[in-house]
Amino acid sequence: MSLAEPAALSVAASAPPRLHLARRFIARFKASLPAYLLLLPSLVFLALFTYGAMGRVLIDALYQRATPKAPLRFVGLDNIRAVLADPAFTGAVINNLIYAVGTAIPSIGLALLFALALARTNAVTSALRAALFLPVLIPMVAASALFLFIFLPNVGLLDHYIGRLLPVLPNWLGDPDIALYAIMIITVWKNAGYYMLFFLAGLQAVPEDVMEAAHLDGAGPFMRLRYIILPELKPTFLFVIVIATLNAVTQVDHVFVLTQGGPSNSTNLVLFYIYQQAVEHFDVGKASAATLLTLAALMGLTALSFRTMADREGGA
Amino acid sequence: MKLIDRLYKDAPLATRNEITPKLGFLLTILLAFAWLIPFLWMGVATLRPASDGINLMAELMPSLKPTLDNVRDAWEIGDFPRYLLNTTIICTGILLVQFVTITLAGFAFARLDFAGKTLIFYLFLMQLMLVPVLLIVPNLSLVAQLGLYDTLAGVMMPFFASAFGTFLMRQAFEAIPTELEDAALIDGASLIQRIRHIYVPLSLPSFSAFAIISVTSHWNDFLWPLMVINSPDKRPLTVGLSVFTKTAEGTQDWGTIAAGTLMVIAPLLITFLIFQKRFISSFVTSGIK
Repeated sequence: MSLAEPAALSVAASAPPRLHLARRFIARFKASLPAYLLLLPSLVFLALFTYGAMGRVLIDALYQRATPKAPLRFVGLDNIRAVLADPAFTGAVINNLIYAVGTAIPSIGLALLFALALARTNAVTSALRAALFLPVLIPMVAASALFLFIFLPNVGLLDHYIGRLLPVLPNWLGDPDIALYAIMIITVWKNAGYYMLFFLAGLQAVPEDVMEAAHLDGAGPFMRLRYIILPELKPTFLFVIVIATLNAVTQVDHVFVLTQGGPSNSTNLVLFYIYQQAVEHFDVGKASAATLLTLAALMGLTALSFRTMADREGGA
Repeated sequence: MKLIDRLYKDAPLATRNEITPKLGFLLTILLAFAWLIPFLWMGVATLRPASDGINLMAELMPSLKPTLDNVRDAWEIGDFPRYLLNTTIICTGILLVQFVTITLAGFAFARLDFAGKTLIFYLFLMQLMLVPVLLIVPNLSLVAQLGLYDTLAGVMMPFFASAFGTFLMRQAFEAIPTELEDAALIDGASLIQRIRHIYVPLSLPSFSAFAIISVTSHWNDFLWPLMVINSPDKRPLTVGLSVFTKTAEGTQDWGTIAAGTLMVIAPLLITFLIFQKRFISSFVTSGIK
């Protein structure tokens, strides 16, 4: 480097301006080369499986085959129209919205309760935190295997202990009006302990002197929660809501194991619909169109939440 | 690591025992117990003899004459040692390649100045937002084109680069004093030598946090291996368990399902119970990014 530089500089000085720029560009590139080489392995895989995949979804969504063996044909926005007109897709979107809201609210609420109750660190709270965190670690498939028996009609755990108190024994996974909610219970069970961690970490940011001052001023537990703790936890809330929404769209393993989207599509979620189109119906065009719509919705949501977060931080 | 201390430090004095102090705590204890019920049932049902019949299957009181028959049956029906081996290969393979890619890229972002740094940084950020699970359809066709359909390498490949890991390592490397590197530079150490002998050894806590997150998520991954793998002998634990559950469900063999589930989740749960603090702080790190 020390040998090459003076020579490059002397040529650049006598060269016309345009060449001078080119030289500087080459020199900058040369200086950047080690960094590019270090980034190359990562960029190769990102290019193949992230940006490339994104590009292929865009292109695949524009093509269609008349039959699985027929040649690809450009169809423009037809796949998107077909997906939007497919009652199975719109049904899956509605199910997913119910599922997202219906799992996010209880699991975030419970997570906050757990975090507030277990904020003090001792042997008992550590054990309770571990108990609540255990479901986070097990595969959704294993959770489903356990809940398969819990929801079993008549002899299952739920009916054995609680069902007897009900006037009619529900068929938890077999009734189209109930199945989606039964599946939501698994998700809340599995995720509440995860979100609890973020609230526990968030609680550490609550300033001790403000809490003490409020306490001395006679603010009760509810007042302190409402006016000090919750405002302090706002970024945590926003973050957990984003994570919960992403989870609601990307966690579908329980649908595979327990219901296969049924009965009568009542537990069909968007990702399961995409899987069905691609793997069961070999309809890559429609699957790609559905993927595209979902990605657009999720990215819009994430961008929005980032902006909200940035605005809030900028204002503070 | 700072996060462990943060999480295991008491919340500010007056936050402790917040809202309806005793009642909230009591409710949490009750719920924590409810949270354990599926695990409790799994343990009890695994040890319950088949002779107890279906009507006692839901009893949470353990049987008085426990048996290991269910474990033996599950072991014979499902090819669990093979599934375990496959999952171990997948997780280790992904992690080893990731260690290389995130170390190199993390170092470039932490310590080097180069043309297009911001742009490339945003390219990495994009991976965090794109939710890889949703890209399974194009990635499956790519894996097939690469001739990797129905191979463990095909299951691993999409995860070889990790934006999250890169950012984690960048943060760890930035915290290392430059004086150390300058000294090595004077001694004539090459770039790779400096990374290998200064940056890597001083960032072991970050590597272990990343390892926990990476292994946990790929250990539990289901949809992607389900799509890539076709041969029964290449199934990972999750896919193996789902097939096993389907088979045993038909025969109403709940004790065997419980035993199979136990076998699948035991390795990770035992590791967690040993390294609890590490796990929990890693999960918080993964969220904070």
